[in-house]
Amino acid sequence: MRAAQYLRAFLGILNREALRWLNQRSRFISALVRPLVWLGIFAAGFRFTLGLSIIEPYDTYIPYEVYIAPGLVAMIQLFNGMQSSLSMVYDREMGSMKTLMISPFPRWFLLLSKLMAGVAVSIVQVYMFLAIALIWDVEPPPLGYIEMLPAMILAGLMLGALGLVLSSFIKQLENFAGVMNFVIFPMFFASSALNPLWRVKESSLWLYRIYSVNPFTHAVELIRFSMYGKFNAQAAAVVGGFFVFFMILAVWGYDPGRGLIAKRGGPPE
Amino acid sequence: MTDDASLALAVRNVSHSFDARKALDDVSFDIAAGDFTVLLGLNGAGKTTLFALVTGLYHSRYGSISVYGADLRTKYLKALAKIGAVFQQSTLDLDLTVEQNMFYHAALHGMAKSVAGPRITAELERIGLNDRRRDRARQLSGGQRRRVELARALIHNPHLLLLDEPTVGLDIDSRQFLLDHVRGLCAERGMAVLWATHLIDEADDNSKVVVLHKGKVLATGTATAVIQSSGESNLRGAFDKLTQGAPGGKGKP
Repeated sequence: MRAAQYLRAFLGILNREALRWLNQRSRFISALVRPLVWLGIFAAGFRFTLGLSIIEPYDTYIPYEVYIAPGLVAMIQLFNGMQSSLSMVYDREMGSMKTLMISPFPRWFLLLSKLMAGVAVSIVQVYMFLAIALIWDVEPPPLGYIEMLPAMILAGLMLGALGLVLSSFIKQLENFAGVMNFVIFPMFFASSALNPLWRVKESSLWLYRIYSVNPFTHAVELIRFSMYGKFNAQAAAVVGGFFVFFMILAVWGYDPGRGLIAKRGGPPE
Repeated sequence: MTDDASLALAVRNVSHSFDARKALDDVSFDIAAGDFTVLLGLNGAGKTTLFALVTGLYHSRYGSISVYGADLRTKYLKALAKIGAVFQQSTLDLDLTVEQNMFYHAALHGMAKSVAGPRITAELERIGLNDRRRDRARQLSGGQRRRVELARALIHNPHLLLLDEPTVGLDIDSRQFLLDHVRGLCAERGMAVLWATHLIDEADDNSKVVVLHKGKVLATGTATAVIQSSGESNLRGAFDKLTQGAPGGKGKP
């Protein structure tokens, strides 16, 4: 296979993801409504009770809506990563994943393409969210919209790869709902998406440690810093490291000879 | 057996288990280019497992499988490029239109749109569904979906076509259409076909037959040869005799 053929395969996967996203209107709408509810209702309700001091990367005091916006961006990507994995489980149950898996490209390439397609869809959602968030004065510097792009790609890849790992573990669609609850909510709430780390540290040291090892915290911080034109090297290293780790696990999980798929009960006759 | 490189499919001593359940036990057979081979077996015989192994969805624990000389373990991308497959369970994306499904498949074989477009039109015309190309797959009947899956499997011009119980749930006309169409492909394009079924009447006298029962191959050869060696007068009788003699017995196909 030549490079052009790889590119065509990737574009085909990307096109399918985009079509599925556009065809599933409820998914399209809920992806926007969810963070907007957090921003418009939750943040508005808590803005006067959750005072924030000046912390990096901000140069001044900021309203709570501005603080949680990067966390909500990461939340869109987290949900999208899990949704994409859910579609893998769905495709596997419905049989359509075989179309992908028997194509003559390496497994790692197919999984990475699927992952990148999901990330691309999530980034479109993020920009739509940020456009609406202007109503709440969430307005990063104009360059921030561009500078946050690499951070979102890296964060999206890590969260998507985590979803792929989970999807390789899960045998049936029904089991995925439980995993969503055990992964999405703990990851989101035990992160700096809603509370700054210093505040958590003041209230509980062990909770602070949990927040600190949560890769989602680092994804949020990576996005937060990049939105304001700053680079958080530690967050980038952690997110990058977890992406590689999850990706290796996912490729192993989907390997027909060694992975979890091969170890399960086999096809129905 | 002939040199594996000249064979469309060579399955050699393949065994596969899922935990303690042995799905295939020392399975060997081969298919030459242009052969229409019927893999005959009851439900649970191991047909779907064999398909999963031949398409690389699983790797066999023991034995080897090669497609036109390309071993599935070491050269699986080369092998997969030569295979077209229609699985027992529909693999169409029901939310996409017929042509979106077709273009997706073409992209997954690295085909440019300019090359895939005319082929898609030709294959859809051949199965009489070109006028439905903009319909979503879920709007099609079961028989029409099967036809689309077959057309889709042919876009990249495979040399080996695998069909796993392709006529299950189809009416008589749709079933006959598929059979005639695939037999035609063998004759016209020299394509090798492995047609898995539990319906004995889908094998005619000229078909090559592989009888699979409880994970073991009980007989291979032309239908006529299998009938003769069993001493029965038809393939149903031969199949009954072979499978009744095998451990565990059988039910009627």
